[in-house]
Amino acid sequence: MTNKKIELINIHKNFEKKEVLKGLNLEISNGESFVIIGGSGTGKSVLIKCILGIMNPDKGEILVDGSNILNLKNSKRSLINQKIGMLFQNAALFDSLMVWENVSFGLIQNNKMKRDDAKETALEVLKKVGLNEKVSTLYPSELSGGMQKRVGLARAIANSPEIIFFDEPTTGLDPIMADIINNLIIECVKDQGITALSITHDMSSARKISDKIAMLHEGRIIWSGGPNEIDNSRNEHVDQFINGNANGPIKMEI
Amino acid sequence: MIKSLYLIGKITISFFNSLGNLIRFSTICISHCFRPPIYISSIFKQMVEIGFYSLPVVGLTAIFSGMVLALQSHTGFSRFNAESAVANVVVLSITRELGPVLAGLMVAGRVGASMAAEIGTMRVTEQIDALSTLSTNPYKYLIVPRIIAGVTVLPILVIIADIIGVFGGYIVGIFKLDFNPNVYISNTIDFVEPLDVISGLVKASVFGLIITLMGCYHGFHSKGGAQGVGISTTNAVVSASILILTANYIITEIFFSI
Repeated sequence: MTNKKIELINIHKNFEKKEVLKGLNLEISNGESFVIIGGSGTGKSVLIKCILGIMNPDKGEILVDGSNILNLKNSKRSLINQKIGMLFQNAALFDSLMVWENVSFGLIQNNKMKRDDAKETALEVLKKVGLNEKVSTLYPSELSGGMQKRVGLARAIANSPEIIFFDEPTTGLDPIMADIINNLIIECVKDQGITALSITHDMSSARKISDKIAMLHEGRIIWSGGPNEIDNSRNEHVDQFINGNANGPIKMEI
Repeated sequence: MIKSLYLIGKITISFFNSLGNLIRFSTICISHCFRPPIYISSIFKQMVEIGFYSLPVVGLTAIFSGMVLALQSHTGFSRFNAESAVANVVVLSITRELGPVLAGLMVAGRVGASMAAEIGTMRVTEQIDALSTLSTNPYKYLIVPRIIAGVTVLPILVIIADIIGVFGGYIVGIFKLDFNPNVYISNTIDFVEPLDVISGLVKASVFGLIITLMGCYHGFHSKGGAQGVGISTTNAVVSASILILTANYIITEIFFSI
């Protein structure tokens, strides 16, 4: 049996005349925490949205557990998505629902769990991410950015997914809160053997949570390796990015 | 010259592109209305939001429209001694036209705008994407309950608007124009036919569909942050209002042209 959990083969995605992904190839092993780094506008979020089925790539194949998940019917796609959790950049919590309802949303809608049981499960998951019962009855607008991320993380793991995507998990947080989120990701992902794909600009976060890092540049993966290898990558694009130099081969559109 | 042709071509393509998107969106949404799962509790929530909370604005519009109609028709009819037709004019105008159209326009302003803003905000803050990742179809969860609620609640609102509007005419007729209450009521009841009310209710259902579809369509396709949501809200109200007036003519033509 293959050890590849997610495999992307020759993925292309264009937006009108702009070519965002240009034949991207990627393999993520079962239980691996994979981090993709890269500048703004390089297609990192597009990549995740293609795997989630929110966008369709123009060309290529996306395999999960060895099966192509592109162009599936809604019902089959829905089954695939039940294996996947997602923490959005700004948490994307549902404004009209209380915290516990956000966390238990998938349990009530997909698993048809009773509301009382779902609330109990939600409270347990919230506890895992360091939030107490009082928070459960608040609305997302009443929470700080860090708390919203934690609730987003709780929602992502509530359904016991096999795969989790993290879109900029530490963006907009202070360094301490960012580290707390990193620790929570490690606890939730590594300890439970979940396969994770994170995209981030935050190098300290990338080093901490990853088993493997890849750099996305101009629609392709230009380097990949372990977190200990990134400082000696011998790739000038990677060196410029991790050191945050304005000068180098990566030219930002200003 | 070439620049003008380019502009005309661009506008034409953009128009047909939007029309195609709207037809596709409407087809998807309406087809989902007949396929499970249906979120019953969301439908009731939307019924309260669309129907109950629109009662004050629809009621006020209806009562003043009925009052003005009685006053104006009295002014006109008194010039050729036909004051007794005031009650007939009020009830026919309200049930056939003013009740459904004014209720539709008021609900388009209140509910269409709020739907576009709410769904638009969900779009730009990735909440709709989050729904998909939680294996929940956003069409079914967000749009179908609104459409079903709009189509079923608007006729109820229009019945209430009809009653309040006719009552407004009655108040002016009795207290300002010195009509006999019994005669006014019998003139109202005798002249109204079931088709007058039914046509108004059919219009109301169609307007409910238009308002909810426009609100959801523009909200669902919002982009570009707060400004984009603002544009969607405006477009939802403007397009719903225009379509309501267009549909009103078409339905009137179908019902009363024979």
